[in-house]
This record gives sequence, structure tokens and C-alpha cells, in this order.
Amino acid sequence: MKELKLMKGNEAVAEAAIRAGCDGYFGYPITPQSEIMEYLMYQDPQKTTGMVVLQAESEVAAINMVYGGASCGKKVMTSSSSPGISLKQEGISYIAGAELPCLIVNIVRGGPGLGTIQPSQSDYFQSTKGGGHGDYRLIVLAPSSVQEMADFAGLGFDLAFKYRNPVLILGDGVIGQMMEKVELDEFKPRWTEEEIRRNTPWSTMGKLNNRERNIITSLDLDSHKQEKHVAHLRDKYLEIEKNEVRYEEFQCEDAEYLIVAYGSSARISQKAVELARAKGIKVGLLRPITLFPFPKKPLLNYVGKIKGILTVEMSLGQMIEDVKLAVECKVKVEHFGRFGGIIPTPDEVVVALEKQIIGG
Amino acid sequence: MSDIVTKEQIRRPENLVYSKTKLLTDKALSYCPGCGHGTAHRILMEVIEELNAQEITIGIAPVGCSVLAYEFMNIDMQQAAHGRAPALATAVKRLMPEKIVFTYQGDGDLAAIGTAETIHACNRGENITIIFINNGIYGMTGGQMAPTTLPNMKASTCPYGRDVTTMGNPLRMTELVAQLPGVHFVTRQAVHTPSAVRKAKKALRKAFDLQKENKGLTFVEIVSNCNSGWKMTPVQSNKWMEENMFPFYPLGDIKVDGQLVK
Amino acid sequence: MAKVKGDIVIDIEKCKGCEVCIAACPQEVIAMAKNVNGKGYHYTETVNEECTGCANCAIVCPDGVITVYRMKN
Repeated sequence: MKELKLMKGNEAVAEAAIRAGCDGYFGYPITPQSEIMEYLMYQDPQKTTGMVVLQAESEVAAINMVYGGASCGKKVMTSSSSPGISLKQEGISYIAGAELPCLIVNIVRGGPGLGTIQPSQSDYFQSTKGGGHGDYRLIVLAPSSVQEMADFAGLGFDLAFKYRNPVLILGDGVIGQMMEKVELDEFKPRWTEEEIRRNTPWSTMGKLNNRERNIITSLDLDSHKQEKHVAHLRDKYLEIEKNEVRYEEFQCEDAEYLIVAYGSSARISQKAVELARAKGIKVGLLRPITLFPFPKKPLLNYVGKIKGILTVEMSLGQMIEDVKLAVECKVKVEHFGRFGGIIPTPDEVVVALEKQIIGG
Repeated sequence: MSDIVTKEQIRRPENLVYSKTKLLTDKALSYCPGCGHGTAHRILMEVIEELNAQEITIGIAPVGCSVLAYEFMNIDMQQAAHGRAPALATAVKRLMPEKIVFTYQGDGDLAAIGTAETIHACNRGENITIIFINNGIYGMTGGQMAPTTLPNMKASTCPYGRDVTTMGNPLRMTELVAQLPGVHFVTRQAVHTPSAVRKAKKALRKAFDLQKENKGLTFVEIVSNCNSGWKMTPVQSNKWMEENMFPFYPLGDIKVDGQLVK
Repeated sequence: MAKVKGDIVIDIEKCKGCEVCIAACPQEVIAMAKNVNGKGYHYTETVNEECTGCANCAIVCPDGVITVYRMKN
């Protein structure tokens, strides 16, 4: 039976993780996502599901605890906000290189530097283009509701294990802090040691006599082997792009103009679409749910059907580059954004649409 | 039976008294000739074999000369980022308390870049074993100054000798972590002579026995040579180690049964 | 009492010629060979029959290349 609750986004992702059979959470406090660890510590799932919750000495230690746990085939996660996610990049690169599944939650705040604790979407490049060193990609899920914060915990683990790849939930301070009704899945039992050994034959749970030892590493001093490994990663990312694109369309059927926005910007843009429609502007909203893989083909399909695209982001304009690439610059694409922790209003979006796209 | 014994008669399986443990792979070690890492690897794997713990042991070796330890230790292994092994080990042990977990770290790793991870794993009293190879130098990257480099000792980034007024003093991490309540057993050993190796192996055995008894963190430092980095022959480097390293890093138990040794 | 008879077998291809075993041998059984192995290292070899099978050499050998035998009586 599903359960209905009123929760903050941060609490929802934490509760959903417990219910998804998560084995361990390792984190370090930072605003605006500290409720994730607070909620877990308060729930104390070690006593119920056996899930480990540990406050690490730093974000660096936390992501490396995730690396250790993921190496054992365990469902492990961490969460942080922008400056903390920057600290985690080394570990994320190792995890991607060693092809380990894990869940990372980034409740973005305005940057650069210590920036502000208010919501922002300025970590798009870091999230979708790598972030740490080397050729790698994260699967990036962008929730725009508390419900999706909950849903993406389970989905995130599923995708992480399906592709042996870290999955990032890219939220922001709005999604993390706001309260909404959320429908929670039933509790899934954590995997037993037998199940882990069966589901993740690569994991380091102890070398049984009937198999060779397992090694978790991202190192290969032989460049020919390393090239082969990176080529394998590329093939995996292509497979992910083929299978896992997720997006949502709103009032796009007869649209002459398109707004492209994700996360909380998409919620604001949905209202802007309604306001614009009331003024007689035929505009629709395309909301990427996966930022990697990015919905390139669905966007390309609009070429020839629409007159212009406005991207709405709480940043100087980062996703706009992917939108321009997706439509191969055959449609006019403009960016509208507020940044530094300021959230745009639907009215501002309509004005930008009128000025930059329709009138421009 | 004749008094003359042939080599063939001696080399019979029933007369075998010492051979390399099966818990080391057949791959030739990547370490320089005479380097203590090989001996430390071997006695470590001998202890795991004696404990019959191959199936439940997970080893973690981060960046440093021993980054390739997984090539040689025939157990499940994780290769960690520089300095981070105690964080990985923390998670592995917390998630699977019934396993035996160790880290194998060098001095640059444990006492410089991984200081925070090391101290906090010790302070939480994680039920893991940390094996700390201290040769007073960064070996893998070519002999740079380490946090443990002795005063006035030369290295490629202190070519005129370590000037403690500008480069800081060598860090005795082992004495430092011994102060922490979560740490149960701390000892400093060496592997350059037969008696030192026997003692070091006993210390490792004790550390793993205590881990099995859930006593808290056990910490075994092995002061070792780096003849390439020190620019000596292996035999010279062992002598230099006795004369210079041991006075600064004295061998013996530092904390036993959770109590500092006076 | 009969003299203990021991012997060692050295995996000369894996020996790196570090000489640590020579210093550890109480019977002065081991010496460096004039020849080199496939890696170009001078390896160690036994030069007399005095080995007691004490295993000191094997215990200090960083590369674990020495196997030790000892007659039971």
C-alpha cells in the first residue's frame, strides 16, 4: 500500500531511500539540504531496515565512504549542496571510473564560491559535463516536485545498478525546502549478501574460493587498456542516451513557441505558459527530466514547427547550450534567468518571452 | 641411511618449512629491489591465511607505491583515492561488520593528504586495521619530501635537507592517533631483519585478532626503507634506517588494550 | 646429534638481487651470482652445503622468492 504524507523535498528523498532498500547514507551538513541527514538520523533506520547512516568528517570523506560501500555492491548514497558537491568531485570521478552504482543528491544553492544559501541552478555544467577530471558522465535526474524527489530515489538506484554508473539527483533549494503531498512506495527489503553476490558479481564482498579475486580500481597504467576502458564507458553512455531519455511536455501540441526549463524553473514556467496562453500566445513547455541523457531528439522534432525557444534557468544560462545543440541552431534560442539565489516570477518569464522571442 | 644427504632428499614436500603464501599472487612485485613493501605484503597475507580469512577480508590500498597492491594480494581489494582509504574502510566495515577490513597506506597518504580521514576513522573507533608503511619519503612520485621526512634529511623537494623552520617538523602520526579513545592497539614495527619480521607479523596477527573481537581500531606502523628514494643500496638503507629512522620513530608497542604504554 | 640439513630454492627469475637475504643468513650460504636473470638482475645462489633451513633468508626476502626445506631429523 502506498502511503500519503506531507513532506519537504529533502525529507522525501531520505524517506524514499530507506524504502528503496538503501544500505547506507554518508553525508556532511550543508544548507539547504541538511534535513536529509537530520531526517535519516531521526528515523534511525539501522534499527528497522538495517540501513547505516553516518555523519562524516567532510564531504570528501563522505563520498569516499560511498565509494567503499558501492565497491561492495551496496546501495549507498550521499547528499550535499553546491560547495560540498565541488569537494566530492574527486570521489565521483573515481566512482565513475571504477563503474560503481551510487546515488548523489545535490540541492543546489547560488555560487560561485560560498555564494548564497538561496536556490539556484548554476551547477548544470558541473552535473552534466563531468564535474571532476576525466571522460565520464553521470545520469542526472532533475525533480520538479517533492513527489519526484521521492520517486527518483528508487529510480536512481535502479538506473545506477542497471548501468553501474553514479546517478545524480539535481534539485535546488526550492525543491529541497518546500512541502508538498507525496505518495511513498512500500518498503523494499535490502538485498541480502547472497542477492548482492548474485546481482553484483564484480563486488568486493570477500573472495570466495570458487572465483577469482575482485578488484575495484579506476587505474590502468597501460594506456592501451585505459583507452579500451574509456571507449567502453563511451559505449555505455551512448546506450544510456538511447534508453533513458525522460522529459515532459505541457501544452506543446499547437505551440508556436517553446519554453525549455527543468526543476523549479519548470514549475514557474508552467505558470508562465498559462499566463501567456491567457494573452493568446501559443507557447508550450518542454521539461527535461533527465539532464543527461538530454532530450535532444524531442527538441529537434520541433524544428520547423516553432518560431523560437526560451530557456528559463536560475543561472547565467547553462542548459541553453544543450538546447542549441539539440536544435542544431535551426531555431532561435534565447536564455532568461535570474541567478545568485533569486527565483524568477512567471510574469518575468512572460515578459522575457515577449521581448526576446516574439518581439525580438 | 647414509650420512650423505642429497638436495633431492631435502627438497621433499614433507621437509618444506617455508614457501610463499598462496594469498600472494604469482605476479612479480612492482617494488624496487630490497623494498620493505614486499615483506610487509607477505606477512600481511600470511596472517590472513593463518586466520583462514581469505573469504571475508577486504583490503583497501590508496595512491602511493602500494597503489598496485591489488595485483599482489589474492583477496578482494579496493583501490582508493589518495588519502581516502580509511573513509572507504569505514563504510565497508559499517555495512558489513562481519568482514575483516584493512587499509594499507604510505606516509604521504596517511600523514599528509589523508590526515583528516585517518584521524577521524581512528577517533570514531572504526573496527578496522590500519597498516601504515612509513619510509619518510614519497616513493612512487620519485622521492619528494614527506610529512615524515626526518629533520635535515634530503629529498627531491628539500634537496638541501628538511629545514624544520620552514618545512615543518616530521609528523609522528602513530603517537598522535594513540591518544584517541577509539584506538585500541597501536604498535610500531619494522621488516628489515628476520627477528623484526617475526615481531611485525605477530603484531599484525594481534591487530586482526583484536578486530575479530570488535575491540576498535588497530594501527600497525611499519618503519621501512626506500633505498631508491634515499639513494642507497638496500643493505645500506636498512642500516641507515636503524641509525636514523628508529631513534625518531622508536619500535615497539605504543598502546595496548586501549592503554598507552608508559 | 646429527647436523640439521636444510636447503633453499631460489626463484631466480623473480629475484631482484637486493642482497638482504645475504645479510640475514647466519651460515653464509648465500652469495650473489655472476650471471643475471631475464630482468637483468644479479640473483642470489647458494655457495655451500651449510644451510640449516632456518628460513631467515626467506622471511626477509621482500619478493618472496625463497622456498625453504629442512630434514626432520
